[in-house]
Amino acid sequence: MDDAAARAASEAAVEAYPRIVAALIRITGDWTLAEDSAQEALAMALGRWPSEGVPDNPGGWLMTVARNRALDVLRRATVERRKLRELAVLALTAATDEPQEEVVDDRLRLIFTCCHPALALEARVALTLRTICAVPTGDIARAFLVGESTMTRRLTRAKTKISEAGIPYRVPTGAALGERLPGVLAVLYLLFTQGYNADGEPAFAEEAIRLARLLTGLMPEQPEAAALLALFLLQHSRRTVRRDREGRLVPLDRQDRTRWDHLAIHEATDILSRLRHQGPYTLQARIAACHATAPSLDETDWPLIAACYDDLVRLRPSPVIELNRAVAHGYAFGPEAGLALLAGLRSGGALADYPLLVAAEADLTARAGDRERAAVLFRQAAESTHSESERLALLARADEL
Amino acid sequence: MKYMMFVCSDTEPDTDTTPEPDIEVWVAENDGAGRRLDGSALAPPASATTVRVRDGQLLVSDGPFAETKEVIVGFDLLECADLDEAIEVARAHPMARNGRLEIRPLIDL
Repeated sequence: MDDAAARAASEAAVEAYPRIVAALIRITGDWTLAEDSAQEALAMALGRWPSEGVPDNPGGWLMTVARNRALDVLRRATVERRKLRELAVLALTAATDEPQEEVVDDRLRLIFTCCHPALALEARVALTLRTICAVPTGDIARAFLVGESTMTRRLTRAKTKISEAGIPYRVPTGAALGERLPGVLAVLYLLFTQGYNADGEPAFAEEAIRLARLLTGLMPEQPEAAALLALFLLQHSRRTVRRDREGRLVPLDRQDRTRWDHLAIHEATDILSRLRHQGPYTLQARIAACHATAPSLDETDWPLIAACYDDLVRLRPSPVIELNRAVAHGYAFGPEAGLALLAGLRSGGALADYPLLVAAEADLTARAGDRERAAVLFRQAAESTHSESERLALLARADEL
Repeated sequence: MKYMMFVCSDTEPDTDTTPEPDIEVWVAENDGAGRRLDGSALAPPASATTVRVRDGQLLVSDGPFAETKEVIVGFDLLECADLDEAIEVARAHPMARNGRLEIRPLIDL
């Protein structure tokens, strides 16, 4: 079997995985048993499918193997008849072709439980990666810069808390859903940025996109979930050109726009065209879409970006968003407009020595024509940043002036 | 599930000035629904006495006096279906705004 077929096999297996874990957790209430059984089925599939071919119903195949494994373990222990009977029925429903309504719900339940606010934020991200995305504990540990045994302990503690504290295995309804969904989206966002950072795990960005897609499919009535997916797709569309061969950040105006992933951009703008509300992720995605669809930096719809930032600052006031807003105003309405907003922000004190504020001031100063002062500011920003790739990029800008 | 809810003071109470929930109403509602099994306010920490036994010797002392202003001022024993229900009961308590509530599950030994 060639690489493409092997990849198809692994994709089918990974796609089916969360459904199986979720169903087994619901029936057995035992997270470890559910995960172990699904992992074993997954390993068996990845061993066999590349050579034997992917079965017609990969989800049903995996569900049957995982269920049999769980049944074996439970039969050896003394378990209520009800659980065993439900498990026995599970393979029958899995064997029918399309995912059942109830099974779809299971995955959503699993996401909301993994992202419950009574768990520490880092534990939520790790548990989501482990339980829903089947990412090996060692990989998660590396991304969080801890040893594998530490991560194993953290995951175990989170699962223990779920059962001891009585965290329900349920999707909240009514007003509670509106309160809890932003927390779930925040976990996905953190997961995505983990994959996006220079020293992050690139595969996590793909996992975040996969989860956002799943969430959007399961909760089509929630526009912010769809907006988050669009935002991920837009940022991810630049993945191959946002760094050069040496790993240095390439600024937006120097990126080869023909090499952006235009299929992803198209999918994102298509999603955005159907959204009518003004949530924080929708606004961020609209801003990203302005950049992604512009032929060049100067031909970008800066007035629209500035307007989105005006709304975003009202919705989620934060110094970093104010900074981006100032830059957008500088590009939309002339450098002086941006510099005036920056001056106001600087006097507010929150970002006084923030390297990106100084860099933004340098950029707008250069655009206003004062090259000498701009070069001084770029060097000043380079001195105060902690990121080596940022430092090099800023020094390069200073040298060009 | 049974939960012990510790009612605590907090150094940063809510600054929202809208009227807060009435404790009498909260007690009546949760007693009526069978969610509150017991509960009481506690006398201030200055009235606390510590008891220890070491090597068969009874050691009684005054206090402890925490340096912090965040102290337990009361408790409620709750019976809830799960943590989400306990969180909803806690959020409606006036001390969720004036202080904070800590929810711990009871375990069967």
